[in-house]
Amino acid sequence: MSITPEHPAALDRRTVLRRAAAVGMLATPAIGLLSACATSGSDGDSEQVAGGTKSEKNPLGVKEDAAIEVVIFNGGYGEKYATDVHEPLYKTAFPKAEIKHQATQAVSTVLQPRFASGNPPEFVNNSGEKFLDFGALVNDGQLQDLTELWDAPSVDDPSKKVRDTVIPGIVEQGMFSTADGQRKPFVLYYVSTVYGIWYSGKLFKDNGWTAPTNFDQFKALCEQIKAKGITPYGYAGANAAYYQWNVILTQAAKIGGADVLKNIDNLEDGAWKQDAVKQAAEAWAEIGAKYSDKSFEGLKHTDVQLRQNQGKVAFYPSGDWLENEQNKDTPAGFTYQLMPVPSLTASDKLPAAAIRAAGGEGYFVSSKSKNPRGGLEYMRQMLSKAGARGFTETVGAATVVPAGSEGFQFPPGVASAQVALKAAGKDVFNMLFDNWYKELDTEARTATNELMFGRINADAFVERIQKRADAIKKDSSVTKFKR
Amino acid sequence: MRHGKYPFVIGFLFAPVALYVTFVIWPYAQAFQISMTNWRGLSAPQWVGFDNYRRLLDDGAFWKAVQHHGVLLLALPLITIAIALFFAFLLNVGGKSSGGQRQGVWGAKFYRVVFFFPQVLAVAIIAVLFQMVYRPNESGLINGVLMKFGLEPVLFLIKPNLALWSIIAVLVWQAVGFYVVLFSAGMASIPGEIYEAAEMDGATKVTLFFRVTLPLLWDTLQVAWVYLGIAAFDAFAIVAVLSVDGGGPDGATTVLAMEIYRNAFVYSKYGYASAMGVALFFLTLTFAALTLRLTKRESVEY
Repeated sequence: MSITPEHPAALDRRTVLRRAAAVGMLATPAIGLLSACATSGSDGDSEQVAGGTKSEKNPLGVKEDAAIEVVIFNGGYGEKYATDVHEPLYKTAFPKAEIKHQATQAVSTVLQPRFASGNPPEFVNNSGEKFLDFGALVNDGQLQDLTELWDAPSVDDPSKKVRDTVIPGIVEQGMFSTADGQRKPFVLYYVSTVYGIWYSGKLFKDNGWTAPTNFDQFKALCEQIKAKGITPYGYAGANAAYYQWNVILTQAAKIGGADVLKNIDNLEDGAWKQDAVKQAAEAWAEIGAKYSDKSFEGLKHTDVQLRQNQGKVAFYPSGDWLENEQNKDTPAGFTYQLMPVPSLTASDKLPAAAIRAAGGEGYFVSSKSKNPRGGLEYMRQMLSKAGARGFTETVGAATVVPAGSEGFQFPPGVASAQVALKAAGKDVFNMLFDNWYKELDTEARTATNELMFGRINADAFVERIQKRADAIKKDSSVTKFKR
Repeated sequence: MRHGKYPFVIGFLFAPVALYVTFVIWPYAQAFQISMTNWRGLSAPQWVGFDNYRRLLDDGAFWKAVQHHGVLLLALPLITIAIALFFAFLLNVGGKSSGGQRQGVWGAKFYRVVFFFPQVLAVAIIAVLFQMVYRPNESGLINGVLMKFGLEPVLFLIKPNLALWSIIAVLVWQAVGFYVVLFSAGMASIPGEIYEAAEMDGATKVTLFFRVTLPLLWDTLQVAWVYLGIAAFDAFAIVAVLSVDGGGPDGATTVLAMEIYRNAFVYSKYGYASAMGVALFFLTLTFAALTLRLTKRESVEY
């Protein structure tokens, strides 16, 4: 068989070698890239700066001229409170330090690669739709233990520890269990958030309606509202179904006590099938069927909130960020008012005034950043009276530092929330499962839409969420938390 | 010439191949690797073997998504090609013939531009646009009109059995323009004499279409089918922006890319999401191979 020299099948030794060399040329840079690839983990750790000398002014021992980078979620509270209040406070305390500021609406998109490559920013406001999974961060040792901060003397009164200047339960709320079974504070929840059902004070006053405290009154009022051609109750199914599971679970806590929620958070067997949860789901399914509007399932939260501002919806469940969020669309005199979720039965374990309140907006310091002490100090400045007051004045919301909001003239909605919080006294509770297990949050949202828009009943509702909770409990790749 | 050839070819290929390997082949390979781990996006991953794939088997959302791809795979190419063919036929050979030249219907040039408009818009914009069109209350484009006439609004994206079809309608609307152009080009290369001859033999327009146009367009159709099939495995942008509750209600419109996105970027389960990605990769590959194999038939020479 004769082969012409130009024939493609001419595989003499030289050709083979030449081709091998070509492959090698292509492969070499690819191997170089291997080390920079996504899964190489944190082998590129940044070198941390040495600590500075501790002093009365500098109890955390921050290196005075070390830069810190601050990443703020640019959402409902904007970024001005950081650039105009907290960053200048830090700068005043440490004039030589450089502050790099960055604001984003998609925290995880911006920061996930930075954590993966071992170069995270010092201070992060981890919030919004795309926040980084706290569980994953804790599991990975990315978060700085805040114990030192909580035990440090506060800025305004050195005889008082920082932990004693915030409202009770806040340190606890930011605690997570680590891989070795310890529970440590990792997250600072800074904004005091009160949840409830909102209505327009003006609309109610004009019609002579009063906020109901029990379910019979609530349903009777819904009838009256409906007769006026106003949709009595609604939430946005397209993207904010969690506003509604919050109502259902708040109801459940009122019926069966705060432990109902603790069981859910701790993934106890049958937690979602507790009687209280089922009763609450039944009651709200009825409200959904009789007093809401089917089209709300296809609307976003801003749409429904706007409809409330336009007087087309009477009751809307949300947290006390609502008033600030709707600032631009609220007509004059609308007067946002909060009412606690009305009690369902006379034998409810918690009184009608009981309410869900918690710290909102999570902040953390990255343990693997260059200057974690700077991050801790930034938090200490945030928690000072001036820091808290500045935040409250900038965004109109209360912080977890009561001294910061003393005597501040809140807008009517936040003021009513603060009144409700005071009235609730010790009957304040919270739930954390959505922050701990986002899959469970997703499932609860879907199931809530199914329930409220009449495709499943309360039994099926608790059944399907329980099933997902069980699956998560069994999933070894998900870190579990307890409270 | 022989001695200078390889360095020359390699010199030219080096940059594009390096880029391709780095940004296409390498991430693909990495997805395979990650799919065998329980990586959660931050620290070094742990090897778990085929665990993620085993988990896929009883993941309801995954199978729902696969099922939807099945529907999309049938509906999207069929409807799009049918409409595009019809339009292309009208635009090119549907009108009267003048001086032996086949002509399109009156205003064909104008329609051709109009049909192509959706192709020019970014997918995200189309999704936002259709949010307005489908809006379930009086401010929706369709429902606003319906409600003016005192009719009940149609809950396009909310009714579980209507939602997926509402999404398919958008996909078709967006795709048709491109295929009209593609088929027009195909039709333009069919010699006019064939039509003339057929017409002399008394063929009607319907016969012309089925007996002349369609067989001579077979290669183009095949390409269109593969393209649309691959598009049916995507649909992410439209579903993500348009559907209720991210692929809802209750997963009624979810697609694999949506589930991948959710698992990776909401649950931080990158390992599991990669396993889904690998599954999608093989589904797409199988589809393309099957289509090319099944539609292989003698093309007509002219």
